[in-house]
Amino acid sequence: MNLNFLDFEQPIAELEAKIEELQRVGKDGKININEEVMRLKGKSQSLTKSIFSSLTPWQVTQMARHPLRPYTNDYIHLLFTEFDELHGDRHYKDDLAIVGGIARLDGKPVMIIGQQKGRTTKEKVRRNFGMPHPEGYRKALRLAKLAERFKLPILTFIDTPGAYPGIGAEERNQSEAIARNLFEMADLRVPIICTVIGEGCSGGALGIGVGDAVLMLQYSYYSVISPEGCASILWKSADKASVAAEAMCITADKLKQFGLIDNIIEEPVGGAHRDPKVMGERLKAVLVKELVNLEAMSIDQLLERRYERLMALGR
Amino acid sequence: MSWFKKLLPSKIRTQAGAKKGVPEGVWTQCPQCQAVLYRAELERHYCVCPKCTHHMRLSASARVRYFLDDGRYEELPNPPEPQDRLKFKDSKKYKERLSAAQKQTAEKDALLACKGHLHGIPVCVSAFNFEFLGGSMGAAVGERFVQCVNASLETGSPFICFSASGGARMQEGLFSLMQMAKTSASLTRLAKARIPFISILTDPTMGGVSASLAMLGDVIIAEPNALIGFTGPRVIAQTVREILPEGFQRSEFLRDHGAIDMIIDRREMRDKVASLLAKLTRKELDYCIMPESNNE
Repeated sequence: MNLNFLDFEQPIAELEAKIEELQRVGKDGKININEEVMRLKGKSQSLTKSIFSSLTPWQVTQMARHPLRPYTNDYIHLLFTEFDELHGDRHYKDDLAIVGGIARLDGKPVMIIGQQKGRTTKEKVRRNFGMPHPEGYRKALRLAKLAERFKLPILTFIDTPGAYPGIGAEERNQSEAIARNLFEMADLRVPIICTVIGEGCSGGALGIGVGDAVLMLQYSYYSVISPEGCASILWKSADKASVAAEAMCITADKLKQFGLIDNIIEEPVGGAHRDPKVMGERLKAVLVKELVNLEAMSIDQLLERRYERLMALGR
Repeated sequence: MSWFKKLLPSKIRTQAGAKKGVPEGVWTQCPQCQAVLYRAELERHYCVCPKCTHHMRLSASARVRYFLDDGRYEELPNPPEPQDRLKFKDSKKYKERLSAAQKQTAEKDALLACKGHLHGIPVCVSAFNFEFLGGSMGAAVGERFVQCVNASLETGSPFICFSASGGARMQEGLFSLMQMAKTSASLTRLAKARIPFISILTDPTMGGVSASLAMLGDVIIAEPNALIGFTGPRVIAQTVREILPEGFQRSEFLRDHGAIDMIIDRREMRDKVASLLAKLTRKELDYCIMPESNNE
């Protein structure tokens, strides 16, 4: 299996290559290599564990952007049933960088809204690399309002390098589209759970990020600006991205310490893409539990709590 | 460059009025048309160039002085102190940048929050100070903004915000991003209480400030030719690899694209906002609005 190993995973990649080689030899030869393969596999596991036990913020950023990382649509299929995708903002177009629709979580109907990246080149372009235009945020708001009217809890999945920085996006008022979502989501009369599954970058992420619980997968990041963007402004060089990533405290553990997020969902050894099924199960379990907690409150209680939580940010 | 300056040897040429605020001295040069202006005359025009109507950048305190009756305002109590929660450091420590900005501006952070009167109407006003780290929004700015919205909620008086900001403050990381959500949520409360919010966009209003509180006004007004947008023009040009259209992200562009309600000359801002507020709050104004004589 090609796991697209990142630079810092090279020792694991070499070991895995050795194992594959051995297995190939073992197949046509008569020598018993099982024991050796088992030994190397164990070694690979513990090596992965040790490398991943101390990732730098920049390495986490790379994990969050890993080409094989599960995207919103992957989680939709892993966690939910009966997903009906709903399209369009009713004004301009259907922005494919944001997907949304109604589905069931453990039989309960919910609204899903998430940013979607593409895996192949063609799909990446179609999804605009997960960078929504204003119409994407307006679609999200339309679906959120729909959810409110029919009392469906909202689950958002954040995975974007940012809102799209283009001429058309500005002409159609990217700022207002994001601002409006912040304004409306603060007071939407249904529980909202936001999960950062990969990249949570800047206002583009926050545009679907206001809710009653904010969760992060272990190797996702959440930041006011991309490490490269910060580096090029403050260090005058995008090459300092790793330094900027460190300085901005963008990893889940740091953000949890600061009280800016509620919960971290542990990823399988080596990252979510190594075992999307297990990742999906863990995510689902947490979402179900959070939802039970939130639904135990009355809507007015919930809204008061949401407001107080927002006001407490950085107080 | 003026003919006089061209005659001067480069050694003694000065960089008067290049970009920053309004320089001190008896004479000031307009950065737009290069006209040399008498300081007192410029003040009378609220730092709008009387020759070319260029709107110069203002400090937050000058802003509210020009806007409120008799230039009088009362700052809200308990301004929060900015904090360096991340222990952030690039070429300089964030703490040092903060104290340098505090020294330079004599303000605690980039947002001034006050009460005052506008043609007799009691109002709550907040104004961003671009001179303070580019008017960037960190936790203290967000909290100060909420204090001003809350003052408006308590007194029932209309809320007015002058924005001038490069966006969220990077040195406070995710705390800064979350101020977008925080300030917007406070405006949700204000809207529910049916208290008018007039958002006035001045040069520049970008990024996280534009994509939150600034775009949420019941009425959105811009000063002429202000740069307003989400992403900065340089980044957009790099992304799309095109030359940006003339006047892109300027007030007039936003008005033509339906993003704002109107563009108002700074010298008429008081009258216009008062007139809007009086109508929105179903009151008579007991003064006579001056005819639009200042426009040339």
